[in-house]
Amino acid sequence: MDKRTTAAAVVAELRDGMALGIGGWGSRRKPMALVREILRSPIKELTVVSYGGPDVGLLCAAGKVKKLVYGFVSLDSIPLEPHFRKARQAGGFEAAELDEGMLQWGLYAAACRLPFLPTRAGLGSDVMRINPQLKCVKSPYADGEELVAMPAIELDVALVHMNRADVHGNGQFLGPDPYFDDLFCMAAKRRFLSCEKIVDTREFSKYGSFHTLKLHRAMVDGVVETPGGAHFTECLPDYGRDEAFQKEYAASARDDASWQAFWTRFLDLDSEVAYQEAVRVWRGAGR
Amino acid sequence: MTAASRAEVCAAAVADAFRGDGERLASSFGTVPAIGARLAKLTFAPDLLLTDGIAMLLAEVQPVSGDAKPDPVVEGWLPFRNVFDLLWSGRRHVVMVASQIDRFGNHNFACIGPHAKPRAQLLGMRGAPGNTLNHTTSYWIPNHSPKVFVERVDVCSGVGYDRAAALGPRSARYHEIRRVVSNLGVFDFETPERRMRLRSLHPGVTLDEVVAATGFELAVGGDVPATRAPSDVELRLIREVLDPAGARERELAA
Repeated sequence: MDKRTTAAAVVAELRDGMALGIGGWGSRRKPMALVREILRSPIKELTVVSYGGPDVGLLCAAGKVKKLVYGFVSLDSIPLEPHFRKARQAGGFEAAELDEGMLQWGLYAAACRLPFLPTRAGLGSDVMRINPQLKCVKSPYADGEELVAMPAIELDVALVHMNRADVHGNGQFLGPDPYFDDLFCMAAKRRFLSCEKIVDTREFSKYGSFHTLKLHRAMVDGVVETPGGAHFTECLPDYGRDEAFQKEYAASARDDASWQAFWTRFLDLDSEVAYQEAVRVWRGAGR
Repeated sequence: MTAASRAEVCAAAVADAFRGDGERLASSFGTVPAIGARLAKLTFAPDLLLTDGIAMLLAEVQPVSGDAKPDPVVEGWLPFRNVFDLLWSGRRHVVMVASQIDRFGNHNFACIGPHAKPRAQLLGMRGAPGNTLNHTTSYWIPNHSPKVFVERVDVCSGVGYDRAAALGPRSARYHEIRRVVSNLGVFDFETPERRMRLRSLHPGVTLDEVVAATGFELAVGGDVPATRAPSDVELRLIREVLDPAGARERELAA
């Protein structure tokens, strides 16, 4: 089945209030082209689930987030994500903050169609206070241990970015870490994969061993070829993080005028092609 | 060898926190803890596992600064998912930073102020809740002050001894906060009620200084020893091998 589609067609499937999972980790291999397409859309009041980076920062800054399910939001080389901080400090959305491992467990429970998975993580910490819906469960065995019953995090849509994919939705990561992209896809009703390059299925073995084929086609509904689509996050080995541009992005959190200028120059554009061109011009101007 | 700097004393104190850990992942955040973990591996704790900070386990110790980086010898692959598996299995000792810590070792680096609308959003919970219940944790605090050593943390990310005790012995059986190393001294929880105790004072620091910089009552024994100075072998490793560019000094100055 040929599952090729476009960023615009993917975002056309989103509805206000949906639960949206975003793959990658921090400022690493994020499906930024798809996030930028959401920024161009009227979609709002999203529940966003993410090992957060600038995907979360941008969606917060654009006022798209009603609820955020996360363990952290970071730009890695800039530890604190300034747009996320600003929105949090304004009380701008519901903050369902979890331990990082609880987030994995919630996605895995949804992937396995289980109501919850037990874990020790969270017990005794304020994760339980700030997420009052979390409940504990007692082991039915002789140990009788009390554990957190981490509920399934069911997603309407998952967005992930890989180095290579074929038209059928098989996806290949070539960097050091698969992150949790497979779990995001398995936890979601609709799953969209953007990639640096669509290749023939026979070509996967040229790029990496079979161990790098982290997504198979039963986990993916649509494939979008977006070269540079993870920019400005890293997408190794195709490209590293664009640190200079990330600094520019972080600086745009300084005040409303800075954000407006960044928005106008890089985001309020017709397409991903126009974004990439705006970045090229910015780079060429020596900033 | 010239006398050890404060940062070098701190690095050796962090290294000492790893004594007896055996084949465990030594995770560290911050420059001084990174030097401490490496120093431990190069001296008395050769079985420790170290990563490149990304996803690879490295057989050979890498420096934290300088241009001379030997080719990394990858001995294993540890993407985030496997880090979670490993930490749940308990074979890890993490040294985390703290924005706030209280007398029982409750820890906060999530945010300052009420969680619903914080005055300052910081890192978030990250892995602190799960780390503290599953394996040994220590803390590194380069800026010891009453703003960090507080009566009560605004948000509890890492679980301290009073909260662990409230969970009961079964849930808390893997909980251990071994050491807190600050720029002023070394602290532990080796008191009957598991509250924070001054274990040693760094050379040149007085008890009064530590008390004034701590926002709660510390347990203080009769004769508080001085934190040990690193040996000449350790100093050479720190200065020539692990941190030739002196990144450690900047972390304490900040």
